[in-house]
Amino acid sequence: MPRNPKTPQPIDPEQLRQAFAKRAFVLFVVVAGLFSVLGARLVWLMIVQYEEYRTQSEDNHRQTVPMVPVRGLIYDRNGHLLADNQPILSIAIVTELVGDLDQTLLDLDALVGLSADERSAFKDRVRRKRRPLEEVPLKTGVTPGQRAIVEINRHRLHGVVISPESVRHYPFDELLAHAVGSVRRISEEDLIDLDARRYRSTRFMGKRGVEAFYEQSLHGEPGFRQVEVDVYGVERGEFSRQRPSPGHDLVLHLDVDLQIAATRALGSRRGAVVAIEPKTGGILALVSNPSYDPNLFVSGLTPPQYQALLDSRDRPLLNRATDGRYAPGSTFKPIVGLAGLALDLTDWERTYADYGEFRLPNQRRVYRSWNWQPGQPGGQGIVNLRQAVFRSSNGYFYNLGSQMEVDALPEFAAQFGYGRVLSLDVADADAGVLPDSDWKRGERGEPWYPGDTVNMAIGQGDLLATPLQVATVASIIANRGLLVPPRMLKSSDGVLAETLAPNTQPGRVEGLAETDWEQMVDAMEDVIHLGNQGYLRNGIAWAHIGRDIGYRLAGKSGTAQVVEIPQGEEYDEELLDEYSRKHAWFMAFAPADDPVIALSAFVENGGGGSSVAGPIVREVVDAYLLGKRPETEDPTPPALASDAPLTPAAAGT
Amino acid sequence: MARDFHYTLPAGTALAQRRLYNVHLDLTLLVALIAIAAFGLLVLDTVSEQAGIVTGQMIRVGLALAAMVVLAQLEPRTYLRWAPIVYLVGLSLLVLVLVLGVTAKGSTRWLDLPGLPRFQPSEMMKLAVPLAVAWYIHERSVPPRGRHLLVAVGLCIVPAALIAPQPDLGTSLLVAGGGLAVIVLAGIRWWLVAAAGGAMVAAAPVLWLFLNDYQRNRILTFLNPEQDPLGHGWNIAQSKIAIGSGGLFGKGLGEGTQSQLDFLPESSTDFIIAVVGEELGLVGAMLLLALYLVVIARALFMATSSPTTFGRLVAGALTLVFFAYVFVNIAMVSGLLPVVGVPLPLVSYGGTSAITLLAGFGIVMSIHSHRGW
Repeated sequence: MPRNPKTPQPIDPEQLRQAFAKRAFVLFVVVAGLFSVLGARLVWLMIVQYEEYRTQSEDNHRQTVPMVPVRGLIYDRNGHLLADNQPILSIAIVTELVGDLDQTLLDLDALVGLSADERSAFKDRVRRKRRPLEEVPLKTGVTPGQRAIVEINRHRLHGVVISPESVRHYPFDELLAHAVGSVRRISEEDLIDLDARRYRSTRFMGKRGVEAFYEQSLHGEPGFRQVEVDVYGVERGEFSRQRPSPGHDLVLHLDVDLQIAATRALGSRRGAVVAIEPKTGGILALVSNPSYDPNLFVSGLTPPQYQALLDSRDRPLLNRATDGRYAPGSTFKPIVGLAGLALDLTDWERTYADYGEFRLPNQRRVYRSWNWQPGQPGGQGIVNLRQAVFRSSNGYFYNLGSQMEVDALPEFAAQFGYGRVLSLDVADADAGVLPDSDWKRGERGEPWYPGDTVNMAIGQGDLLATPLQVATVASIIANRGLLVPPRMLKSSDGVLAETLAPNTQPGRVEGLAETDWEQMVDAMEDVIHLGNQGYLRNGIAWAHIGRDIGYRLAGKSGTAQVVEIPQGEEYDEELLDEYSRKHAWFMAFAPADDPVIALSAFVENGGGGSSVAGPIVREVVDAYLLGKRPETEDPTPPALASDAPLTPAAAGT
Repeated sequence: MARDFHYTLPAGTALAQRRLYNVHLDLTLLVALIAIAAFGLLVLDTVSEQAGIVTGQMIRVGLALAAMVVLAQLEPRTYLRWAPIVYLVGLSLLVLVLVLGVTAKGSTRWLDLPGLPRFQPSEMMKLAVPLAVAWYIHERSVPPRGRHLLVAVGLCIVPAALIAPQPDLGTSLLVAGGGLAVIVLAGIRWWLVAAAGGAMVAAAPVLWLFLNDYQRNRILTFLNPEQDPLGHGWNIAQSKIAIGSGGLFGKGLGEGTQSQLDFLPESSTDFIIAVVGEELGLVGAMLLLALYLVVIARALFMATSSPTTFGRLVAGALTLVFFAYVFVNIAMVSGLLPVVGVPLPLVSYGGTSAITLLAGFGIVMSIHSHRGW
């Protein structure tokens, strides 16, 4: 026994018990008071602040997950698929969730292999601004096997996402890059203008061509899923779901066969071909050479690749057909002639003696003929308007232009689309330059001199146009003055473009009689068909393309000076730098009396319009009217040829 | 001596009460404790994801109840006799922890002695300290004065000082609190209690110097929870959302999104009252509070009715320790106190505190039912 429990009781035990009871009671009151505090706290949280906490708890576990709509498909007029969607697996990284990014990249490299390009492109994308928690793409085209390897090693690859996505694919590669355009990954700057709700999970948007112009129609409406997530963001269930509605499919006026023919006709030369169906304004072919593979913009170019495209002297990213500004040269002469008729300054009989040199009264400057040579002034002899057109007489039009009031010619030319964008749905189409007195005062701070009109009368000076504008001029003449604005879209989901977006453009070139148009068409037919007439009497393009032609083609050549040749100096093509040589133009339409195709062909620094651009026009129109197809009969791209179900359109060939 | 349970009971209940009293158990306390434990198991079942957790907890609670029944059979004189010995053994074990304790989750609290299961010596001090202080005071003058008071306070502080650096501030305070409760119950003057309280507040800045970073963070978070809602403030922010979103009737058992989707941390252990609030609402939480209040009221009453000073002091102090658990836990989870690792008695998952607390009530029952010594 360590101790005797019987200890001395100092005071009366009952008194002690009472004292303890009193104390215990006080403490119980304290206990009850503190319980009341807890109770009050619970009432405060659960009754008074209930709504607020209820909302916070809802926000915690409810999430809206957007579902990307399927982008609309793009077809040509014959049902060939020009832009489709392909499912691919890609690896992306949510960098915010990764502890050691370098280590993760090393691990992934060991597992699935990363190319140097993929790594550098990824590091570049990481540096760029993006939405918080956005996946940064690393590698596309992942095989199911590689996916399995990554999944097995998931525990050490936190933040690595493998997701199937539907990406744009352009089966014709380079062929339609400038016509259809392409999509690109959405950048930080893009987000400023985009509807945040519609584009919440969209990764690509149209950046060029039809893809850009019809972005809103092609995109579709996203769907949304209301899901329950746990604290780790892992989905535990679904409350509701609203399906995405796919984008609208587009059918273009483009004709892939014709596009191929035009591309082949241009060959490796820098230039453009634009073909229009005059009655509808439908753009049948829109070629700009050189081109690029739009699929590269989908998979993502590395910075050096992109820089190379930008820096190339051939400028493959420039859409020459719609954005290239060039002096139209002699293709402008029919407009000057029609202006002279409309302004009553000439008629079809009046003649002019073109002996090579033209001077304005009291001026020393000499305006020369295109066949001027040192010691031989050239010229086309005595010509009326028709002869002036098929011989492309500079003198006649110098003289006609010199009689026009200031600004009369630009005002008339504007009706043909000069200085304006007539096309309805060509993204970023350029208006070119149509100089007049206001323009010159603003741009140069100089008044308009009579010599400016003289220069403009042969399509030189400050006048600049795009191949699309020149093709539009051909289309307007083919329509005998009726203006049908060019457009890419033929129909969408079975509804004609004319219904979707009615044409509001003014419809007719003013001031000319029906016979004036017919005579101008005749003169332009002579350019190609009038032959065996002797020296200075044949159509200027006859020798090049008119000898064996089987249909009536009306056209006008143009050879535009690129650099100013000082007065009296010899112009020696061979001595000029390649990029300073003359541009070759040819605009035409066929058949002349009921045209189904109007087009322009342009070769940058190509040389003579009739000899260089003329044969291109001939080849394209041959293909269209005579069905002279290039060697490959089937335009279906090889990658899809074997896979019939993916290309229902292939049946149309 | 008059029977002390003179409140009206249904006839059958009165019989059951008498029969239980004969085996040294108290009907009211037993029913209330079992009700709390059952309530806890019900809630634990909704938040436990692995199988076997509820079964395991049932076994632990069963063992704890068995310990209570066994300890209720021992005579109070046995406790009086063994109090100093258990205290000294516990103290030496605490020193042993400092030397060769087992570390887990950053704290060194456990001993792994050969032939024994791993255990936590600080846990037994929750019982040993009140017993030892009551033994000391009981031997001398009541209320304690001068030297005796200093020794009594020393008996509280020494083990607390050994536990604090493990680090385990919660247990350290509960151990010291159990002993100090004895001193307060022994009748020292209220102004001394107030002065001691004031001195502790004054000493708080000094105490700050001895805290670990994680302990300082907890206090900083408590003082300014919005400062870092995703870091240290996360737990308390989520538990307040859980409780508040429960409303009057709760979202239903198993329907709490905070609890079931892991937004609420430690949902089966320290923060389980937030699950009660979210899924059973204010009604459920108040019911649980009421059960705790019944336990405390009944146990204090039993303490008062003890014939010996030792018995009164021990039973009263153990009851106040139980209250401290309940209050600190709920106040902490609802954002009234900084986060300290104190479980909710008999409801939080885990066996240690259940065994200690029910063992304590075993002693209370023993003191209440053994009157002839």
